[in-house]
Amino acid sequence: MSRRARPVLAVGALALALSLTACGSGSGGGAQSGGKIKVGLITKTDTNPYFVKVRQGAEQAAKTSGVELTTAAGKFDGDNTSQVTALENMVASGVKGVLITPNDSKAIVPAIAKARAKGVMVIALDTPPEPQSAVDALFATDNVKAGELIGAYAKAAMGGKPAKIATLDLAPGVSVGVQRHEGFTKGFGVAASDPSIVCSQDTGGDQAKGQTAMENCLQKAPDINLVYAINEPAALGAYTAIKAKGREKDVMIVAIDGGCTGVQAVKDGKIAATSQQYPLKMAQDGVKAIVSFAKSGDKASGYTDTGVQLITDKPQAGSESKDSGFGRENCWG
Amino acid sequence: MTATTSLAVRAKDPAALRRLLTAPAAGPLAALILASVFFSLSTEQFLSGGNFSLVLQQVMVVGTLAIGQTLIILTAGIDLSCGAVMAFGGILIAKTAVEGPLPPLLAIALGILACGAFGLANGLLVRAVPLPPFIVTLGMLNVAFALTHIYSAEETVTGLPEPLTFLGRTFPLGRTDVTYGSLVTIALFLGFAYALSSTAWGRHVYALGNSSESARLSGIRVNRLTVGVYAIAGLVYGIAALLLVSRTGVGDPQAGQTDNLDSITAVVLGGTSLFGGRGTVLGTFVGVLIVGIFRNGLQLMGVSSVYQTLVTGVLVILAVTVDQLSRKGTR
Repeated sequence: MSRRARPVLAVGALALALSLTACGSGSGGGAQSGGKIKVGLITKTDTNPYFVKVRQGAEQAAKTSGVELTTAAGKFDGDNTSQVTALENMVASGVKGVLITPNDSKAIVPAIAKARAKGVMVIALDTPPEPQSAVDALFATDNVKAGELIGAYAKAAMGGKPAKIATLDLAPGVSVGVQRHEGFTKGFGVAASDPSIVCSQDTGGDQAKGQTAMENCLQKAPDINLVYAINEPAALGAYTAIKAKGREKDVMIVAIDGGCTGVQAVKDGKIAATSQQYPLKMAQDGVKAIVSFAKSGDKASGYTDTGVQLITDKPQAGSESKDSGFGRENCWG
Repeated sequence: MTATTSLAVRAKDPAALRRLLTAPAAGPLAALILASVFFSLSTEQFLSGGNFSLVLQQVMVVGTLAIGQTLIILTAGIDLSCGAVMAFGGILIAKTAVEGPLPPLLAIALGILACGAFGLANGLLVRAVPLPPFIVTLGMLNVAFALTHIYSAEETVTGLPEPLTFLGRTFPLGRTDVTYGSLVTIALFLGFAYALSSTAWGRHVYALGNSSESARLSGIRVNRLTVGVYAIAGLVYGIAALLLVSRTGVGDPQAGQTDNLDSITAVVLGGTSLFGGRGTVLGTFVGVLIVGIFRNGLQLMGVSSVYQTLVTGVLVILAVTVDQLSRKGTR
């Protein structure tokens, strides 16, 4: 055999070996599962703990219902193309229904329409598409309500003290972030352009960016005494910045999400309150809806609120809440 | 299996065998065939015309980008800006056509030319200053990304007129549906394969990639050639932008963020050397198909996306290893 031939053959053999490995490490079964019902799940990314929990919820429900679950995700928050490709491949593999958390509410719509035209039921989880009628059903947290809960809590906790507010938002044009922000201002009882909001920054929901954003906000307005954060990583980033200024005692931070790290931060007193959402339930209900569609032909429809709960260890009159112990039992991540 | 066929061929015509095995795309092609055989055996849906057409449709955007990327890598350069430039072209096409003031066909022309202008700027900076291609295109990645987001105001553009989505539409071919855009991509691959292998321009590109200095001494106008290659690549990205818009049916400011690396992956998997002067555009086509077929096949099998990423990563390392080993062989 020529010297050059060896690497060529090696690549071929390794590719085959790899394929076999990949098969072995897959969710088992493969396509030869006969009449098994197939369900697809497409999340925003693979890495965010929130979506890991969504995936676990779907896996659990798939196991108990005896259906086959295929999962896929975008490569980054906002990655529409990978979600389109995954949706197409799932439809080609013969799924009965797909649960999807759209990365781009508008851009995913044509691909969903194609899937539904082929008889696949599509349920949006967590984030609605635009328009919401593009999917059969939506299972999600009411993000406006989640914002309202912490807004009203913060108002009560401030006890009439004049507020200087920093808002650490998600990113422009992303509906989840916009709705939470609107909910917060509504719950706190201020207009969007109220002068008490002295600093607003985008964080992408990222801890490091949350810290940088807060540092800049404190430069701009050193007398900030209330921070609204889109999620707990952003809130914890803000806490680091605030602590560096020695102001952790007199700045209140409120957040949304209810992840386990976030609940721990509530317990530690770093975050005053958070609105907890329930991704596990979202995914489980979604899988059940598809199974029932496969068996009876009845499609789920409309919006199902999967619930939100205010978590705090410093309850305020007028704000119904649970403590961090409850939060830890029901947290995700 | 491969070994026995190879031996049989060698017995008849050693020269033909050597040509076959030393062709840069031979390894990737073998990998592609093996993977296809494997997926055909393990899923019932893989081996259907409809599925192959679907894969073609899914890879047409990155495939087209990878053509431009191949040209630049052949000159021993690299282009990190291709995905961002395409995203800018896409949003420009969509927005000017939907919100005015341009008729759709002029909007398309404007988008393609704008991408060409980015390519031209890359080429000029690489040669005129001169700066390393890695740095120039890294900077341009950020410039194009920011301009896309400023111009679009982060808004996805919907409601595109028909000429913009035409290439995403399908026509029946036998028992499957083929996307018009796939044909554009295939035509571009064939066109550039011919231009690289059978024209003086193509030979000059290889010469430049092997040694810029020798190319200059042998009378090739290397500056003009390099700038031209980057500009042509830019125009190709513009066509990719049109394909992207037609495939998704929207103008998406978030598009293309990992497409620079995906296109480099395809080029490398296709046997083109990252050190320039060696490789083919048809190899890139094979590389693009490898990525597309692995993703599609693993998805049909129900394997989750992290494993797809894992497989792609291992394949890339293998491909570069093969390139290095075979270079040693020629020394």
